[in-house]
Amino acid sequence: MNPSTDVDTSTIGTDDTDDTDFLDLTPPATTSRNADDDGEAAGAGDGADTPARPSGGRSVEGTVRDAAELVAFGLRPRLVPARDAHYRDLVRRYLHESGFAELTHAVADGLGIVVLDVSDRAGLVAGGTGESAFTVRISDYARRGGGEHRAADRMLHALAQLAIAALAFPRPADLTDESYVGRVSVDGVDAFVREAARLLDARVSSADPTVAGALADHAAWHAGGSAVDEPRLEAAWRLYARRPATGTTRDSRRLAGSTTGIIARAMGFLVESGCLAQVGDEGGGTFRTTPRYQVQVRELAADAAMEELLALGVVTVADPDGGLRVVPSEPDLLDAGAPGSARVTEAPEAQEHDDV
Amino acid sequence: MARRLKALALTAPLHDLDARKRLLDGAGLAVYAMAELALHAIDLVTVAMDFDRGASHDQVLRRLTPLVAAQAPARPAAEHERVARWVLDNLINVGSVDRGFDAVYGTYHPDGRYERRRFDFKLLVELADPAGEIYLRATDEAVTVLVGALDTDVTSAQVAAEVTLDNLIRRGRLSDARTAAEAARYRTVQYAEQLRRSLEGTRRDVLSVDWLHTLPALVDEALSHVEARYRHENAILTHIRRYRDSAEDPAHKRAAADLVTIVADCVRRHTQLQARLQEAFAVFRAEQDRQQFAAPAAGGGTGVDLYTQLLAPTLARPVGEAGRVTAAFFPGAVGVRPPRAPRLADLVDALLRPPAERDSLGAPVPEAELVAWEEPPRFGDDAWTLALGLLDEIDPDAPRRLSGLLTAARRRAADEAVALEAAELLVLLALHAVSPRLAALVAAGTSTGDATESGDAAGPRSGEQVLLAVDDGTALDDPEFAGADLLVGHVVVTGRPSPARDDEPASAGGEATSGPASDDGIATAAAARAVPGHGHRAAGGTTPTDLVGAR
Repeated sequence: MNPSTDVDTSTIGTDDTDDTDFLDLTPPATTSRNADDDGEAAGAGDGADTPARPSGGRSVEGTVRDAAELVAFGLRPRLVPARDAHYRDLVRRYLHESGFAELTHAVADGLGIVVLDVSDRAGLVAGGTGESAFTVRISDYARRGGGEHRAADRMLHALAQLAIAALAFPRPADLTDESYVGRVSVDGVDAFVREAARLLDARVSSADPTVAGALADHAAWHAGGSAVDEPRLEAAWRLYARRPATGTTRDSRRLAGSTTGIIARAMGFLVESGCLAQVGDEGGGTFRTTPRYQVQVRELAADAAMEELLALGVVTVADPDGGLRVVPSEPDLLDAGAPGSARVTEAPEAQEHDDV
Repeated sequence: MARRLKALALTAPLHDLDARKRLLDGAGLAVYAMAELALHAIDLVTVAMDFDRGASHDQVLRRLTPLVAAQAPARPAAEHERVARWVLDNLINVGSVDRGFDAVYGTYHPDGRYERRRFDFKLLVELADPAGEIYLRATDEAVTVLVGALDTDVTSAQVAAEVTLDNLIRRGRLSDARTAAEAARYRTVQYAEQLRRSLEGTRRDVLSVDWLHTLPALVDEALSHVEARYRHENAILTHIRRYRDSAEDPAHKRAAADLVTIVADCVRRHTQLQARLQEAFAVFRAEQDRQQFAAPAAGGGTGVDLYTQLLAPTLARPVGEAGRVTAAFFPGAVGVRPPRAPRLADLVDALLRPPAERDSLGAPVPEAELVAWEEPPRFGDDAWTLALGLLDEIDPDAPRRLSGLLTAARRRAADEAVALEAAELLVLLALHAVSPRLAALVAAGTSTGDATESGDAAGPRSGEQVLLAVDDGTALDDPEFAGADLLVGHVVVTGRPSPARDDEPASAGGEATSGPASDDGIATAAAARAVPGHGHRAAGGTTPTDLVGAR
């Protein structure tokens, strides 16, 4: 599916004349007072619709409308405040008026959206809750394919997203450093996952029960051929490693089912979502991260996935420096990577405690 | 080394003269500068030498005695003559059996052994001519060293530099210095690159670089490298600059200049590296302050290690479980977007649209309409009119200079472009009118019957007026063109037998060079004389561009 940006704009209903009316009518001094009032009103009620005292130069309806408009701007992920003066004003207002901020949160909440962050650089970064109409689910994204391949395809498509994020923010600190900009390429991500798969393979075949643990069981099942014909029990890395990295098609496009095809699609989708920006064609397409992506991964995606892993009983203790090391001498894996051309390897001290 | 020892040995007899003059009886001869006199004697012999003879004793003595006398005018003439004879005899070394000198010198063998050798030489030798008369010749050794090699300005720094530089180049020292400097520069670049990477890493994360052991060692190493090279290369630079500035041989000068450039670049790089080395620790401290003592990032907490905590465990899980984890990750990562709601109108349009037809052969290839291409004329009509008009105006009795024609063309031209074209066209027409064949005939002054006949079929008919240009050796002074300032005139072809005699004078050389044409014969001669200097070039098959060409 390819939602176009035209459709995005239809949800906003921007009316410039109204906006300017607000701005012209309202002196700054009254703005803050009103906002406080609105904040109290919003805090007192349990929704954005709670009517507040229509005092001062600005109506409650106008403020609510502004808040909703800010949320609507947040739903246009490729738009940044630097490119739109009105957006910028709304973001400033959010940052400086706690009442307006709360009202914005209330509006978003009603739409099934979580406001993850509001900043001058990224604008309003929204995340969808489980039931929201704005949330993009993996089932919507990987709709094609059916039968037994369906689950596998879905997993690979979602895994590509995880891998892109992991390579874009290789160290834990990269997620929290606001100024960090990651660089990823399609080929780099593919090589990254394959290298991780190779390490897992090596670990399994080393047959060290303390490390391999339950992995060995799955591996044994798999190695034993089709004794257990249950594809859902195959290890994820084997599925990835088995997929071809690339393939030829009649019209010389990327083979959609290959791993680079899957990663390229994921990156393209992230570009549409305002999470990545393409900077070049090297390495199958090279992209840099946007502040929005960092916030989304940090505030929502990583936590959600972590919870799921916890539910599966997997607890991993990570080193504060991260499990990836930057090895400057070998630039082959990530030639389009971060400055200093990094190669990622797994740090030996990353211990995994696996208790299924 | 042996060569210089031999050269040194050649001067020994001269020094010996001064050393022994005090021992001569009849004291007081010490006032004479014997070595100087000896050099004079050798010079006298050398000057008198031709291919088969030299100077006789008497001749040399006769010329040497006044020089001796000038050194001590008060002394009696007999003494002067005695001194002159003594000097000459000693140069011949009359006292010894073989009338020569010898010197002992040694050479080192490659294995370190020292071997003494004897070098026999003579300064002046006595030879007998066919008539039996004895004469003196200076030997090659004497001429080379005492006349040639010693004739240098020993105080000249330039000569010293030249010799030194020559030596350095010959012994490969210059290229050694260059190689060493280049190697050092390479090392410096390596240090700089290592340092840059470390500092870059430090800026990203102080902990990623070992500032306890590795980097201080690197910095120390690099600093001592810079120190050593800096001293060395500044010394090289000082010396080689002096050589470069005083050398005269262009090859030596260039070699020295190259080295100066390289070494200067090395010094510059060392300096840069040193500056950065000195800043390195400051960078470390600043980054440490910034990164380690900075307040934790707002709203963050510690980040998640995406690889160790998410990706690696997920990859290890079975597909079903991994699917749940990744599905949980997906919505958050890609963010929100409004649901797509297709417009019914668009949907209907899309469904009703007929499929695009595809032709397997592709679009028809258009038939190209080809137009015969014609080269545009090089010169415009205006230029032609102007140039031909000018040439036509030339009075048959008064040939004009090409320079004059060019000036006239430029003056008359309507605009700049026409002026340029007309000038060029004029030059070409004038060149066309130069007939190397005619010029050759004039130069040779021969009867031209055969030659004219052979070229007659295409040549002008009798009585016809043709344009003729002649090069009389005057150089063309023009901003655009260079070459000979041709004389351009009209000639009437009259009789066949000797056009050079009949036609040429009327047009070419005569009037322009020697004023009014009073006599055809003289004019012809003038033209004929004027031509050879350049005429033989034309006859030699040179192309007309040698005569006039664009500057």
